Amino acid sequence: MRLDAKIPAGPVAEKWDLHRFGLKLVNPANKRKYEIIVVGTGLAGGSASASLAELGYNVKTFCIQDSPRRAHSIAAQGGINASKNYQNDGDSDWRLFYDTVKGGDFRAREANVYRLAQLSGNIIDQCVAQGVPFAREYGGQLANRSFGGAQVSRTFYARGQTGQQLLLGAYSALSRQIAAGKVKMYPRREMLDVVVIDGQAGGIVARNLVTGEIEKYSADAVVLATGGYANVFFLSTNAMASNVTATYRAYKRGAFFANPCFTQIHPTCIPVHGTYQSKLTLMSESLRNDGRVWVPKKPGDKRSPSQIPESERDYYLENKYPSFGNLVPRDVASRNAKEQCDLGKGVGETGLAVYLDFADAINRDGRDVITKKYGNLFQMYEKITAENPYETPMMIYPAVHYTMGGLWVDYNLMSTIDGLFVLGEANFSDHGANRLGASALMQGLADGYFIIPYTIGGYLAANTKKQVSTDHPAFKESADRIESGVKRLLSIKGKRTADDFHRQLGNIMWEYCGMSRNDEDLIKARKLIRDLRGEFWENVLVPGSDKDFNQSLEKAGRVADFLEFGELMVIDALARRESCGGHFNEGYQTEENEARRDDENFCHVSAWEYKGEGKDPELNKEQLAFENVKLTQRSYK
Amino acid sequence: MTKTLNLTLKVWRQNGPDSMGRLETYNAGDISTDMSFLEMIDVINEQLTIEGKEPIAFDHDCREGICGMCGTVVNGRPHGPEKGTTLCQLHMRHFSDGDTIVIEPWRSRAFKIIKDLVVDRGALDKIIQAGGYVSVNTGGAPDANAIPISQDTAEKAMDAAACIGCGACVAACPNASAMLFTSAKISQLALLPQGRPEAATRAIAMVRAMDELGFGNCTNERECEAECPKEISIVNIARMNREFFKAAFFSEVK
Ligand SMILES: Cc1cc2nc3c(=O)[nH]c(=O)nc-3n(C[C@H](O)[C@H](O)[C@H](O)COP(=O)(O)OP(=O)(O)OC[C@H]3O[C@@H](n4cnc5c(N)ncnc54)[C@H](O)[C@@H]3O)c2cc1C
Ligand code: FES
Repeated sequence: MRLDAKIPAGPVAEKWDLHRFGLKLVNPANKRKYEIIVVGTGLAGGSASASLAELGYNVKTFCIQDSPRRAHSIAAQGGINASKNYQNDGDSDWRLFYDTVKGGDFRAREANVYRLAQLSGNIIDQCVAQGVPFAREYGGQLANRSFGGAQVSRTFYARGQTGQQLLLGAYSALSRQIAAGKVKMYPRREMLDVVVIDGQAGGIVARNLVTGEIEKYSADAVVLATGGYANVFFLSTNAMASNVTATYRAYKRGAFFANPCFTQIHPTCIPVHGTYQSKLTLMSESLRNDGRVWVPKKPGDKRSPSQIPESERDYYLENKYPSFGNLVPRDVASRNAKEQCDLGKGVGETGLAVYLDFADAINRDGRDVITKKYGNLFQMYEKITAENPYETPMMIYPAVHYTMGGLWVDYNLMSTIDGLFVLGEANFSDHGANRLGASALMQGLADGYFIIPYTIGGYLAANTKKQVSTDHPAFKESADRIESGVKRLLSIKGKRTADDFHRQLGNIMWEYCGMSRNDEDLIKARKLIRDLRGEFWENVLVPGSDKDFNQSLEKAGRVADFLEFGELMVIDALARRESCGGHFNEGYQTEENEARRDDENFCHVSAWEYKGEGKDPELNKEQLAFENVKLTQRSYK
Repeated sequence: MTKTLNLTLKVWRQNGPDSMGRLETYNAGDISTDMSFLEMIDVINEQLTIEGKEPIAFDHDCREGICGMCGTVVNGRPHGPEKGTTLCQLHMRHFSDGDTIVIEPWRSRAFKIIKDLVVDRGALDKIIQAGGYVSVNTGGAPDANAIPISQDTAEKAMDAAACIGCGACVAACPNASAMLFTSAKISQLALLPQGRPEAATRAIAMVRAMDELGFGNCTNERECEAECPKEISIVNIARMNREFFKAAFFSEVK
């Protein structure tokens, strides 16, 4: 199949305006005749549901949690970018566009990224109008900070709880539409299939997580905003319910999965402390502005940090990258930490950690200044580790944090299934091979507030309205299939829990398809995943019944999908014979150990097409053209 | 330093909203002091599953104290003994070897038990639906810097907005009142210029919804403030009362 991204013609800065003008409109009186399903209530799904309902569509919205307010977006700490240039420091749509394309290591679509930059300012306006309490300057203007190595201050924030406040803003708009009867909210539901009728998305089938009922819902269009799949690694900074099930099942119905191997590892997380560990906690990247990263020079040195003299410490980032030092990008910092630990120089009980030391900063600026900047982070660290970072260096280690890959979408955010739209972290579109800090929140809200309300109208208006109903045999076929899948999981009655399998899968992914990859490991991983999947279907133990609130069953279903999806990630990583952004194949690096892209052969999006059980997926390529930003190699020396 | 603990757990088990519940006793051996409370339950659940029993149902998601999904009453206290801490952020080092820990669900007329420690907190969403928003549609918002807001006001609004909607305040209150929750949202929006136009209607609608949903009255016990994992202040309740009375006496909306 030839992928048509439907990128509008014209100069990049005018594409969106021209395109909007070209889109057909749904007559206001007709909007209420349409039903739209939105799956997910994070920033993307929450904002989309509210905005579509405001326009007059009838919206059905679904989420796993007990309330739409609890989606994973709530955990974002740092902030949200916008090219407002309030600081007069030279920011512009062009600069945000340029930074994002370059930061994504030239694997994102220019037209989408420019639109994102263009819409970024409207997001801040909208959120302020909703009552989002962003941080302010003394004069009452909005405050900004510089984030993730950006050279301008364009990040808006609400203490360390930006995601929470933005999500509560979208949730309040959603709540207003629920009260108005325009959104019917279905919490504690898990979407388990997209129903496709005559090539168009016609609804979903979901499991009611309280009663166990398999429920059918029809619609004129379906929007997935179900977040990222970082939990394929078992341990990640994502919330426990984050999963790949919704997008993976759509993939099995014909939506292509793009760049699944593009995953982001965040360098500053609290290290793993035991085998019972269930998730990882992120420590804001801002800590690297003042903390110095080091390990002992001698491998296996088990002395406490205070007993290791200056001359026996290796400040490896400062030594290796004299101009950027501790502030190298996320992927570079992460890989170097792993390298030190692989050399046996890791610290702490497990040897899987490096120090992040604030002693010099405290000596230089005084404890008060450091407390003002990082007080709450230090407190959080102490709560978890029972160590005081004012007195002893923090220990940090990289952790999986975000997934750039996702379902392939065109410029309208529509997947390769007509009428199935994908927003937020669940799609692949804007961050290329690496996402910059504070731009996921921006993307989720741009998609939900300002893009989908237009493009979905264009789709609905261009197609003749059909009478969709859950009586269609496709719904029954899907529900039956789900029902039997559930029964099968419960009937195996093996010896290992789903969590146990998930942990093992996570280890495989982390070891062989994590921060740095090579062909040999990837080939090995593929076999290990297949074997594990085989064992899962013979030996998993799922307690309880299907007609009940059964968290073990929920979990088992998600793990089953991760066990298939993990293999797709490996296939994608093997097929991309270059290194770029979050995908680092050791076979492709510069002399400075930087990712070496191959723009000649790999300047494309890899979109995978499902071909049936037991068959290899087929690779489709969307060629990327860079007409506004020149392709260059990154260097941080 | 990491140590291990042996504990006795007494956990509320209940099959469904209409079944009878009971406390079941479990031994939790070899619990590392570095574990979080929820990780301890994970360990017990793995054991129960392997033994062919049903694991304990409990809500959780972010496990970093922000989503408000987790929460049970631990030894009589919502989210356990540590001040300003959600259950997911409570670590086992705060317990001692040999302790008995009683774990129960939130109890309130407005929160039905779904299973074991899981309750239905949908009533909190309904309170927000009654008016916990600014009525602006997407698009057409003025420039974000058009209305300056003093730093102090923004900070106070943020203090109130930090509520995670977990329901601990309701569980802590002898009257099962949702005043702290409701007042936090009313305060946040009443403080900000964007929320002022609807301040009166909002206060009346949300307070009315709260009463109708079966939450109790506030009799100034202050348990809510003491147990709130985000340390939301009861100053918000005073502010809500001011808004409510102002609205009830002076506004057209009744
Ligand atoms: C710790 C942390 C900090 C971060 N900090 C920042 C930051 O400072 N700035 C920034 O820009 N980005 C940050 N990010 C990234 C950002 O938070 C996410 O990428 C973004 O919030 C994703 O939003 P979303 O709406 O796409 O999905 P999510 O918020 O993940 O929402 C997914 C929704 O889909 C629902 N769902 C999923 N599957 C199903 C299913 N099968 N059936 C029904 N419903 C389903 C869920 O219930 C949920 O409602 C951070 C991420 C983490 C982990
Ligand atoms: S699990 Fe999110 S607050 Fe505890």
